[in-house]
Amino acid sequence: MFKTFRPGGIHPSDNKLTAGSEIRGLPVPGQVSIPMNQHIGASPKILVEKGDLVKVGQLIAQEEGFISANIHSSVSGKVLKVDAVVDMSGYKRKAITIKVEGDEWLEEIDTSTELVKEISLERHEIVRKINESGIVGMGGATFPTHVKLMLPRGKKAEYLIVNGAECEPYLTSDHVLILEKAEQILTGTSIMMKALDVDKAIIGIENNKLDAIAHMSTQAEHYPGIQVQGLKVKYPQGGEKQLIQALINREVPSGGLPIDVGAVVFNVGTLLATYQAIQKNKPLFERVVTVTGKYLANPGNLMVRIGTPVSALIEACGGLPENTGKIISGGPMMGKALNSLEVPIIKGTSGITVLPDTESTRKEIHNCIRCSKCITVCPMGLEPYLLMPMGERELFERMEEEWTMDCIECGSCSYICPSNRPLLDYIRLGKVEINKIRRARKN
Amino acid sequence: MGILTISPSPHDHNSESVSKLMYGVIIALLPAFLVSVYFFGIGTIIITLTAMVSCVVFEWLIQRFLMKEKPAISDGSAMVTGILLAFCLPTNLPIWLVILGSFVAISVGKMSFGGLGNNPFNPALVGRVFLFISFPVQLTSWPEPGVNHFAYLDASTGATPLNIMKNSIKSGETMSEILLDIPFYQDMFIGRMGGSAGEIAAAALLIGLIYLLIRKIITWHIPVSILLTVAVFTGIMWLSEPALNPNPLFHLLSGGLMLGAVFMATDYVTSPMIAKGMWIYGIGIGVITVVIRVFGAYPEGVQFAILIMNAFTPLINKYIKPKRFGKEVANG
Repeated sequence: MFKTFRPGGIHPSDNKLTAGSEIRGLPVPGQVSIPMNQHIGASPKILVEKGDLVKVGQLIAQEEGFISANIHSSVSGKVLKVDAVVDMSGYKRKAITIKVEGDEWLEEIDTSTELVKEISLERHEIVRKINESGIVGMGGATFPTHVKLMLPRGKKAEYLIVNGAECEPYLTSDHVLILEKAEQILTGTSIMMKALDVDKAIIGIENNKLDAIAHMSTQAEHYPGIQVQGLKVKYPQGGEKQLIQALINREVPSGGLPIDVGAVVFNVGTLLATYQAIQKNKPLFERVVTVTGKYLANPGNLMVRIGTPVSALIEACGGLPENTGKIISGGPMMGKALNSLEVPIIKGTSGITVLPDTESTRKEIHNCIRCSKCITVCPMGLEPYLLMPMGERELFERMEEEWTMDCIECGSCSYICPSNRPLLDYIRLGKVEINKIRRARKN
Repeated sequence: MGILTISPSPHDHNSESVSKLMYGVIIALLPAFLVSVYFFGIGTIIITLTAMVSCVVFEWLIQRFLMKEKPAISDGSAMVTGILLAFCLPTNLPIWLVILGSFVAISVGKMSFGGLGNNPFNPALVGRVFLFISFPVQLTSWPEPGVNHFAYLDASTGATPLNIMKNSIKSGETMSEILLDIPFYQDMFIGRMGGSAGEIAAAALLIGLIYLLIRKIITWHIPVSILLTVAVFTGIMWLSEPALNPNPLFHLLSGGLMLGAVFMATDYVTSPMIAKGMWIYGIGIGVITVVIRVFGAYPEGVQFAILIMNAFTPLINKYIKPKRFGKEVANG
């Protein structure tokens, strides 16, 4: 029996062109730029300066503040500059640029492929190690993982939810990880269960990946307390609140966190990184990135060092097609359009999607005909048709009353609108302004 | 590589558009049109084409010369208004009245509020009610089914089942006598009865409904709530006083109920947006229709019922909200 969330959701064509294509290692590029703003929260303190020699896995920036994360070098070589470079946001931000010399890893990193199942670390040691290893949510949210493990006082986790839904069209990085690294992910899950002191974990996988469901189910038999649950294909199933509702039928309260209903959610990539950090002593400095697009000659799932420019990935997949109109970090539903090919890959980059010019521009906007499709598809039960004119007229207090802050920005409303109205654009504007109003209220 | 487009997500859009939805409605109206041509002949074709063309022309003229914006007639909504207006007119109506009705529907009913999406009332019904009140004689002469193949203005006329029912009850006839004067239910179901161009064939309208549901152009809530309300309301009356009241099937198959429930009441712009609101709206339409039919002066009440509930739609939309995710949990 396959489960799903309600209300809302859409069925965009999934275009999983790279499903079933094995992970290919991308050769280490000649130079990397490792941004300091890779995660939600404060930028870390930079520990190296121009001219320093670094090794693969070496700490180059130390977390600073409660919500922050360490950053490690993904290559060996010489620090060229500590400077601002254009990152995925389109703005210039602090980054460490390293000229690559060889590929010399720190000695303490265990590079053998042997599976280590035995968990020798204690709970607090696991959290500390995850913190040291710079692990953040790899599904795209990039929230520092160790912070998620420090539960608020009085809260108890009951379920560990593993996000393998991968509902975003085109992307297959989680899919390929499940197929190739199931045991590592399961061990990572066991580590997290120990860290959170829970005995139940559920792995949610959408049923357009039946091979992944089958493989994971077989492997999970050897891991007590871990269950695999198939999910009906529906976007945005991988949304944290939607996934929790689909799997354990609990609704995270408005403005609340998953822990309010006893759940903690991790993406499969995060769990693989956890395994590598705890069992192999390997900090987070590389990840799988799906490089995809209908007109790419050779799309695939690449193992990429953090800081590699997007252009190197596209080169490895056959170069940029003539008709390219848009390059997206992530998938077409929630990804971010890039303005340059030279921006570096970060910890949260799950894919690079190349769209042809025919699919890159928006269509002409018409009047709202109140067809109510936006309400029907909204997974949070909002009324986008109503919020957009409020945003246009700057009625931000009214927007707040209409639960705008609950919006998860999945884009289902803009996707479905027959009048091509930019609903989500105005809802985002509203969220920014409501946050300003809330901050002003506090002061 | 040309210039990269930068825009916020989502970068994908489904292929649905306003014009595709409107053309879907037109396709759904086709079966009823064909049945109407079969029973009423050339008159159906004349008034439908006239109303369609005049609605489109009036909308183009008003947008181009009065509102001074780019005409949006290609979205197909004016065409739908035209067809729906024609469908609730008798097929022997003079062309000038059809054009006048179209003018009122588009100018007063739609464009005076700012065009598609802004009108509170169903434009086709605004045109129809204007004609009905201003020209009651012409609007209540109904061509007979199956005999007027090429007759248009000179079509032979008769009464509709609802007229027969109203007048006979008024003159004190018993139900068993009245039933001899009205067509068999199976004839009413396929459309062999007097009435407006597009309202007669319940079967064809239901085929249209199925198409609309399959294409997901509308949801089932509004048609089902209206028809169910009418069936329950008239059913109670029939059970309590079978000698004075026709059975619910008569009410479901006669007059403009089916056309109204499937195509008029479901107009996006003028109907509620949440399922619960749709139920309130549908029940309201059902109740008002039966009240007018049974207790009112007019034999038919669907058009007034829909317009009255159109007026309540903004209120319903304001107070009936979707269930917010996580709201109940937050309060509990």
